[in-house]
Amino acid sequence: MAAPRRSVGKPTSDRLPCNTTSFQKKSRSKLVSIPGTRPSVQNGQLIVSTGVTSLDYVIGGGLAVGTLLLIEEDRYDSYSRMLLKYFLAEGVVCGHELYVASALDHCNDILQELPAPILDDIASPKTVEDQAKSCDPESQEAMKIAWRYQHLPKVQTALASSSRFGHYYDVSKTMDPEICQAARCHGFYLPEHSTAVTSPTTTGPMSETYSSLLNNLQEVIHREGFDGSVPQTKSRNILRIGLHSLGSALWGDDLCCRENPSHGRALTTFLYGLRAMLRSSLSVAVVTVPSHLIQVRVCAVH
Amino acid sequence: MRGEFILVSDKHTDASFLIHHFLSFYLRAGCKVCFLGLVQSFSHYSAISQRLGVSLTQAREKGQLVFLEGLKESLGVLLQGEASKGTRAVDFLRDPSSGLRGLYDFVRDNVRGGGGGEEWGPPVLLVDDLSVVLSLGVSVGAALDFSHYCRATVCSKLQGSMVMLVRCEEEEEEEESDEGSERLLRGLIHQCSLTLQVQGLPTGYCRDIHGQVEVCWRGQCDGQQTQKKLFQYKVHDKGASFFARGTSSAVL
Repeated sequence: MAAPRRSVGKPTSDRLPCNTTSFQKKSRSKLVSIPGTRPSVQNGQLIVSTGVTSLDYVIGGGLAVGTLLLIEEDRYDSYSRMLLKYFLAEGVVCGHELYVASALDHCNDILQELPAPILDDIASPKTVEDQAKSCDPESQEAMKIAWRYQHLPKVQTALASSSRFGHYYDVSKTMDPEICQAARCHGFYLPEHSTAVTSPTTTGPMSETYSSLLNNLQEVIHREGFDGSVPQTKSRNILRIGLHSLGSALWGDDLCCRENPSHGRALTTFLYGLRAMLRSSLSVAVVTVPSHLIQVRVCAVH
Repeated sequence: MRGEFILVSDKHTDASFLIHHFLSFYLRAGCKVCFLGLVQSFSHYSAISQRLGVSLTQAREKGQLVFLEGLKESLGVLLQGEASKGTRAVDFLRDPSSGLRGLYDFVRDNVRGGGGGEEWGPPVLLVDDLSVVLSLGVSVGAALDFSHYCRATVCSKLQGSMVMLVRCEEEEEEEESDEGSERLLRGLIHQCSLTLQVQGLPTGYCRDIHGQVEVCWRGQCDGQQTQKKLFQYKVHDKGASFFARGTSSAVL
């Protein structure tokens, strides 16, 4: 095997296919077992499902905790919005906490539009009296023909336990409000927050709206303990962050409007800060960007 | 390998495996290493170096490794603005037009062998990666100035080595490539003595060959010819193996 003449000794370098998180297993026995996550088969990182199982397969099993998935929007933000909703719906089903930021819709509106999960049919053993009471006459009739099955427990649909990784959704229906209510969601709706931008700190290359979003996100992460600030008594959970349409004009960023934007690096600086925050907390982020509107070539969007 | 400036660049692929390699190599060789980790957390490098047999935490405690956690320091600046009390190394975030002076000061202060304690080998500066400052608003000229100053201090004055990673994007065939990673790369190629350009295979994805590396030794001022060699590589769990084109074990 040829090697470069001035090779620096035994070639020993390594490469991880994706960015790792700041969380590692301390010992083999203490596994972080958070519902809705599992270790990746490729490199042992903790991964979560994006909500779309085929996308999970394409990106190597799932989204690693502590990383960011950037989606470039299609022309009318139809499929990218759908992907974001799948991501959030998966969070609801798995019991993760949600953080939704949008300049266009209030987070409650977004939550109401989540697709309904296709529920498993879980057989619940009911007593014979209950069965007799709850059966309507038609099914009684049917049981006369299929009498062999009469003794079997009545099947009830219930929310699939979150031990499964990746769920399927029925886009034609929206999620049950009860299931949505059970999820903890933090929202950032820009029109509500723009009036609250008080601090005149010079934000450098980042605009005020991104700065307020970053601060708000940091505050939520710290308060809810996703960065480990809360002691171990509280069971650990993942925060799913969905940021809708960053870089669009609604966020006050003229990146998509002009060829020479005034804050040309605002979005990339924000993403850099977001990456720093993700690496130090148990969270996963999906960001959609209307890149088809960006005229200037933005350098090195990581 | 003294007084060398090694430039690692990649295009459409990830050459950070070379950075991990150099980091563990120089630490094992007993050099004093100053690492500017601008794009990943310390635990990321630590986890990978663990697999390569080097403990970054121990090296840091002993004083052999000085690690700048770019992400963590930057977050402090981005969240609190002027009020933050972080290191001056990431001052370029507060004011991108001021350039990388703060970062250079950090390097200069930390790359000398510390007084007292053990004596380490020649100093080494590792930067991963330099092109990220371009997306944070720093100009190409400022980045080139930074690398020039670092080279003058680390390579010429202290006879140490420097390894920098620069990542490039797809460049359309435009006349004016004013967005800088390509320009930064060209400027740095002129400054360095050894270039490792990592790319994917031109023919597409292959499971056994992860890409190719073009190694280019630049002629020094005494008229040596620049030599170029092309190798292919495969990244394993504990390292990378290099081989001549067409001699991959999968093919032979």
